[in-house]
Amino acid sequence: MAQEIKLTMDGLLINWLKDVGDSVRASDIIAEFEADKATVEIEAGSDGELLELRVEPGDEVVEGSIIAVIGAAGESVDAPAPAESSPRPAAPAPSATATNGGSMTDDGRVKASPLARRIAADKGIDLRRVSGSGPGGRIVKADLENISLLPPSPPAPATAAGPQPTWGAQPQQDVEIIPLSRMRRAIADGTVRSMSGTPHFYVTIEADVAPLLEMRKEINAALAADGLKVSVNDMLIKALALTLREFPNLNTHYYGDRFVRHERVNIGISVALPDNGLVNVVCHDADTIAFREMAPANKAMYERARSGKIKPEDIRGATFTISNLGPFNIVDFSAIISAPEAGILAVSSARRVPVVLDDGSLGAGTRMHMTLSVDHRVSNGAEGAAFMNHLRELVENPLRLLDLRGV
Amino acid sequence: MPARNVAMREAIRRALREEMQRDESVFVMGEEVAWWQGTHRVTRGFLEEFGERRVRDTPISEMAIGGMAVGAALAGLRPVAEFMTINFAFLALDAIANHAAKVRYFFDGMMTAPLVYRAASGWGNQATASHSHAPEPIFAHFPGLFVGCPSNSLDAYGMLKTAIRDDNPVLFSESIALYPKPSPMPDEFDEDYLLPIGKGDIKREGKDVTLVAYSRGVDWALQAARLLERDGVEAEVVDLRWLRPLDMDLVYKSFKKTNRCVIVEESLPLYSFGSEIAALVQENMFDYMDAPIKRVAAADVPLPYSKEIELLALPDAQKVVNAVKEIV
Amino acid sequence: MRSPTKAMLLDWYRQMVLIREFEETCHRLYEEKRITGVYLHLYSGHEASGVGSMAALRESDHVITAYRDHGIALILGMDPKALMAEMMGKKTGSSGGKGGSMHLASKEHNFWGGYAIVGGHLPLAAGIALEARYNGKDDVTMTYVGDGATNNGYFHESLNMSAIWDLPVVWIIENNGYGMGTEVERASGQTELHRKAEAYGIKSLGRVDAQNAVEVYTVASKAVEYARQQGPVLIEHVTYRYRGHGVSDKQYDARDDMSAELKEWMELREPIKILRDCIESEHGDMSPVLAEHEATARRLVAEAVEFAEASPLPSGYDDLLRNTYVGSESVYKSDFSVGAGID
Repeated sequence: MAQEIKLTMDGLLINWLKDVGDSVRASDIIAEFEADKATVEIEAGSDGELLELRVEPGDEVVEGSIIAVIGAAGESVDAPAPAESSPRPAAPAPSATATNGGSMTDDGRVKASPLARRIAADKGIDLRRVSGSGPGGRIVKADLENISLLPPSPPAPATAAGPQPTWGAQPQQDVEIIPLSRMRRAIADGTVRSMSGTPHFYVTIEADVAPLLEMRKEINAALAADGLKVSVNDMLIKALALTLREFPNLNTHYYGDRFVRHERVNIGISVALPDNGLVNVVCHDADTIAFREMAPANKAMYERARSGKIKPEDIRGATFTISNLGPFNIVDFSAIISAPEAGILAVSSARRVPVVLDDGSLGAGTRMHMTLSVDHRVSNGAEGAAFMNHLRELVENPLRLLDLRGV
Repeated sequence: MPARNVAMREAIRRALREEMQRDESVFVMGEEVAWWQGTHRVTRGFLEEFGERRVRDTPISEMAIGGMAVGAALAGLRPVAEFMTINFAFLALDAIANHAAKVRYFFDGMMTAPLVYRAASGWGNQATASHSHAPEPIFAHFPGLFVGCPSNSLDAYGMLKTAIRDDNPVLFSESIALYPKPSPMPDEFDEDYLLPIGKGDIKREGKDVTLVAYSRGVDWALQAARLLERDGVEAEVVDLRWLRPLDMDLVYKSFKKTNRCVIVEESLPLYSFGSEIAALVQENMFDYMDAPIKRVAAADVPLPYSKEIELLALPDAQKVVNAVKEIV
Repeated sequence: MRSPTKAMLLDWYRQMVLIREFEETCHRLYEEKRITGVYLHLYSGHEASGVGSMAALRESDHVITAYRDHGIALILGMDPKALMAEMMGKKTGSSGGKGGSMHLASKEHNFWGGYAIVGGHLPLAAGIALEARYNGKDDVTMTYVGDGATNNGYFHESLNMSAIWDLPVVWIIENNGYGMGTEVERASGQTELHRKAEAYGIKSLGRVDAQNAVEVYTVASKAVEYARQQGPVLIEHVTYRYRGHGVSDKQYDARDDMSAELKEWMELREPIKILRDCIESEHGDMSPVLAEHEATARRLVAEAVEFAEASPLPSGYDDLLRNTYVGSESVYKSDFSVGAGID
């Protein structure tokens, strides 16, 4: 029985690494896609022969599209017509062409009904990548019904789809014109949308991190034999995840007319990439997994991200995000929420500073500033303060980060 | 409740007769309503039953018919004034638009004109240009007047009864083409069958496209819906029944479901029913629009005499089907 | 018919000076822009036409007229305060500020209104008279119509209808010589307007000097009696307008020939003077009473102006939209109903 390979995100096909007729194993990487925030490798998913490739390098492909078929050698493939020429079924598969072809007007405007535009805006679908099945190639409701939800965007601010601000005349001399990379464009759209559409407020605390740094040494000493090493960030992720477990309202996403409360706590981790890139990888179930498991998994994700080999699951499912600039010797910063999440934790550097000791005398201590950005539509200042004090309690009493069954 | 098919003219006759029996202040006036028994036989037998006092033949004097109805209504009667055809109501447009519709307003509610203008409307049968109009939208233009346009017998019965009993002036347009058309009606009603002014009706349910129509347009829309069914398109037919007030709630509810709309009318295409409904839908339902709104109306031309080109100018079910197929 | 008693004559004098004071005050207020708008048709010069003819009516009779309606309203006893407030478009106006100068009415006085479309009220008059005939009452409908309106279709159709249905209408043509700026001679093939009745088989009582209230009353009394018992009847009142067609045509009336004509009418055929002379010749010097009526007129109109200027204007959408329709339970309204009005 032939297996269809479906793309689980929107992306641009960079390369086929296998060709029709090649035999593949389930774990083989068969394609590289450039998704909004990373290069993603696609695994075959099943053993067999690559029977058909349905998209070409350079094609923009929408989530849910079938990109390839794997089956027994010689097995025939039900020949589906290419999406753009298929007759309009009641529920057509979204087509997967590089541009939406017939759905553009002569002057380059996307032909889409007002309803389709609204659905696309709600679902975060870029209509330039959808092929329309309506009269004259118009994108209509049915073309969007089977595209699953991307993180919905807040009510549209002036981003790529809306009216552009006036930038003024572009200088022509002594400048280098650098086109936006796909990733940069996605970051631009996402941050502008979040910053202009999400009412941020901020809560900052200072925590004594000496005990945490001390304990990290002990843990790492214990794990050294296994070649494992826990980072400060791993510990803060754990502290954040356990705090979110106590404050489920912040592990909630905002969808305009409703809240979606997550049962899992998956922490997105902002990772800076070469060439001015940025991606949030995801530490799934950060509240329950042991450091022994978390530490190497995070490390592997960072490496995949930095080398452009990220897997789809590495970037999916974050419920809350942490951004850690600790290694860069900074005092303080705040971060932009990744909509529709309810907040983001910005972690600054641990610094040796003068402190007032318990006996009232001055001494030296190790302190770290952490700033929580919160979506005011979801929460409020009192909860933000309580959240951050709970987080401080955990950081300053790091034993509470350990699952007593082991690290 | 046993029901049998009744022609629309009989339903109107029955409503009018019952209202005259019920209320002494109701009387009919118009050209050929009495001795001739009604040009369209709606008042057949009335003279015999009610006498000359309440069944009044007028000379060919539309301005007087239009204005006297206002005066009689102001003074306390409930006139049902008939224009033999709606074409002749143009002669009375001043009385209708400037007086029937406005007396209440310019005297700030001091007076009311509870009257009904009945008019036979529509074109076809080689009636030729000046006798070929379905100009209900012209009358619906004026605040102060209500405009009813039934599409079948039972509606005509219930709508006319309400129109006669209501204290506001009503122009009641009866499609000549629908006069002989039978549709089911109970022999008797448990109580008065009164359809509210301004309430439309879903004449057929569907999910793919909304056909908005009134009067004879409903007939074409229903025929078109049956043709479309064969092609797997389920059309919903909204009969607005009244051009004023407009039951846009009903249109919007249907449109939210179908996201597509074709407006069907017998009248001319410019500044029309179709123009109005399309404008309202796009203003209020923009984010539900999945296709442009289409309009099916008569050709933009005075109607000719010769049969073949006359039919070419008129809307029909196939034209509705064609319009639907352009947007589904 | 009775001859007018002394009390009647004195009361007519009261009515006529009140009308004159009201109209001349309106004229002054318009000049001062305290009354605004483009339509203000004054009854100055016409007083005896209305006063004498309406004296022949009883309370249950009906009255309807065109846009030169202030005098009719005052004769019927409408409150000058509400009338002046209507001139100023005030909420306390007799039509709530929605009708203005041309749309005065009072249902309690069976005054069915002033109407602004020339001839448009004539079929309404026939319809009102039909109600009386229909219900077996002998109330008449006194209908004033200008000379200009006798040339349009409404006049023809309405008079014809009144004839064939024997409707109790007293048709009074107020012939002041001009339909706006067009002399009767340039507008009508039949310049003896009363003779138009013949075309419809309607009884005509001919021409009356309508500057003489007593003559007007005498003929109108016969007409009312005839209408009550038989059917429609027509009278032609010959009169003159002192303040032109309306406020919008002052230049036309300022022409030399018009000024001379006006001067002649005002000197020789002034209705208030004619009535005063009549009172004096029949009942001696009544000047204290007449002076008192004049003073009362000045006081009433001054109070009316004060009241009107102090009154609020209609405002907001509620005032704007109200009374487009009668609030009615048989009208279906949803949030999205269009064209249903407000209650």
